[in-house]
Amino acid sequence: MHGLEFDIAHMLAGSLVLASFMMLYQDRLYALLNIYALHATVLALSVAWQAFVQHAPHLYVTAAIALIFKAIIIPVSLHRIMVRLGIHREIETAVGVGLTMIAGIGLVALSMVVMLRVTPGADALAREDLAFALSVVLLGLLIMVTRRNAVSQVVGFMSLENGLVLAAAGAKGMPLVVEISVAFSVLIAFIVIGIFLFRIRERFDSVDIRALDRFRGERR
Amino acid sequence: MTLDAVTAILMIPAISAAGLALLPGYRLTARLNVVAALLTFLTALSLFVVEPVSGQYFLVDDLNKVFIVLTTFVGFTTSVFSASYIEHEIEIGRLTPAFLRFYHAMYQALMFAMNLALVANNIGLMWVAVEVATLTTVLMVGIYRTHEALEAAWKYFILGSVGIALALFGTILVYMAARPVIGEGTDAMVWTVLVSRAAAFDPALLNVAFVFLLLGYGTKVGLAPLHAWLPDAHAEGPTPISAVLSGLLLNVALYALLRFKMLLAVNPGSIAPGPLMVTMGLISVIFASLMLYRRRDIKRMFAYSSIEHMGIIVFAFGMGGPLANFAGLLHMTMHSLTKSAIFFAVGHIAQVKGTQKIAEIGGLTVTNPVLGWGLMLGVVAIVGLPPLGIFMSEFLVVSSTFVRAPGLTSILVLGLLIALGGLFLRVGGVVFGEVRGPTAPAEASYLPMFTHLALVLLAGIYLPPVLVAGFQNVARLLG
Repeated sequence: MHGLEFDIAHMLAGSLVLASFMMLYQDRLYALLNIYALHATVLALSVAWQAFVQHAPHLYVTAAIALIFKAIIIPVSLHRIMVRLGIHREIETAVGVGLTMIAGIGLVALSMVVMLRVTPGADALAREDLAFALSVVLLGLLIMVTRRNAVSQVVGFMSLENGLVLAAAGAKGMPLVVEISVAFSVLIAFIVIGIFLFRIRERFDSVDIRALDRFRGERR
Repeated sequence: MTLDAVTAILMIPAISAAGLALLPGYRLTARLNVVAALLTFLTALSLFVVEPVSGQYFLVDDLNKVFIVLTTFVGFTTSVFSASYIEHEIEIGRLTPAFLRFYHAMYQALMFAMNLALVANNIGLMWVAVEVATLTTVLMVGIYRTHEALEAAWKYFILGSVGIALALFGTILVYMAARPVIGEGTDAMVWTVLVSRAAAFDPALLNVAFVFLLLGYGTKVGLAPLHAWLPDAHAEGPTPISAVLSGLLLNVALYALLRFKMLLAVNPGSIAPGPLMVTMGLISVIFASLMLYRRRDIKRMFAYSSIEHMGIIVFAFGMGGPLANFAGLLHMTMHSLTKSAIFFAVGHIAQVKGTQKIAEIGGLTVTNPVLGWGLMLGVVAIVGLPPLGIFMSEFLVVSSTFVRAPGLTSILVLGLLIALGGLFLRVGGVVFGEVRGPTAPAEASYLPMFTHLALVLLAGIYLPPVLVAGFQNVARLLG
């Protein structure tokens, strides 16, 4: 492993974590979507770099999917859905920014400690990649739990899936099956989400999850 | 690809799903749904006669044969129940024919996904199949489009996706652990190859992988504290889906977990997965039993009972050893049969009474004796009273683990007793008690329900030696 190759991979994966952090403190939906597009672009770059370093041409496909589908199509469509639903000006956070950031830092530290400790045998690139990927996954989870809005929960989930793609790309020689399936799952998930947003909207005149909470189970 | 039984049990549901999506007329599609499910079941039975050769992608061994036959059988009986259930839903206008087309297509798509998860030899493929199964059920849970149904489907979708994402991370970690030993490429994701070489894997990586897999697939199994989606999804979706969820989908997720447990068992340096599973199982049993007491919705109550039973099963597999594994397998089979029978009864009861609220249902033995006694029999079975099958499997679970861990087993028994009290308390008023709610006779097909209950009764009295030998063999495989 050449020093430069490793450094670039390291930097790109690190940027993905940084982009996750940026998503954590966005309180406007538009801004959140824009950062998500950035997140997906960084992912595409990172995967493309892995493809180059590992001499694995199939990873370029994954990078292209990430770029076209996740960085362009999904943000643009969600953008349009939000305009249609008239929720583009909404501001929302569930937990204070400071607290969320501290929790995020804690999660990244946790994933570093866990992943670096259990993978002394793996090569350095895969190791770092996996640690960063786990950070992105955990930060995605954090975004999901700190948000009340259905759209931002979905964005949180998609950033989580980006972390998984990073992990899969870092695992050298992992068959294409998995990457395709991840892209596929996002596609289906997106369709489901689209239907859902409209249905939720239709029912509640809001995509605020709190509107759903009122109907929870037995508290009728 | 040659046309063997494995291909057939995948192709029949897949083709049916496409066909049912296109065909109009709900009576016809409901019947075709039954026919397709029956064909799949018969094909699955043929696995016992001719065992197909396992390849890189598909695998048939003694372990998944049990799961496949159980899945296709309950899938078939549920489709029979579904036909009569759906007819009523159309009559009262809760569902429209257009939705039914979608419903039947999704039913077959779910059967396809579950069968694929069970025969997959590739851990990536297995993951994809579980994901597809999740998405189809999400769509079906939300089919009524009421507030509650949408909320339940959304919650299920979000929690299910997070679970499935964690499982994928675990799967990637398993690949990472396998790669240095097996080499790059597809082979490092083929389960049979993995298990033959697992002894040389890096144990630390395997441990972390298993934690992710346990959390991920455990969410789908409905283990506390990851169970939050389960009661809502069961209560708000159509009842045939509740039956399939409880009876089958939870088992499929459990199957995935068991495969990885077998992987860890081969590796001497890795943690024993048993204690983790035992802990989660016990928490589920105790928690779900306590939750039974304050339920007001009858489907929701039985959903909690499913959490409890999955807890017992995971406990049994977590304890391990030939006898406890045998008990776990038997309990899983008995629970699938009994719980889906209960949901068949509950589905018709809710249709007759026009509500799922326990307080508004009463005196069923007077107004609808067959349904009332059917439900009562189901509840007697599910709480584990003799002479029914669950008594035997629970007795085996307890007796096989008591010597090794008397403390833990006592907690389990306590949970079982709490659940027994809770269920009888709630169901007593529904079945006996004064008559409440409409008293119209039910237009039900009782056959699926009583077939299941008869099988459970039979298993409680006499287990065929062939079945015992088969289960013992699988139990040894599980280690």
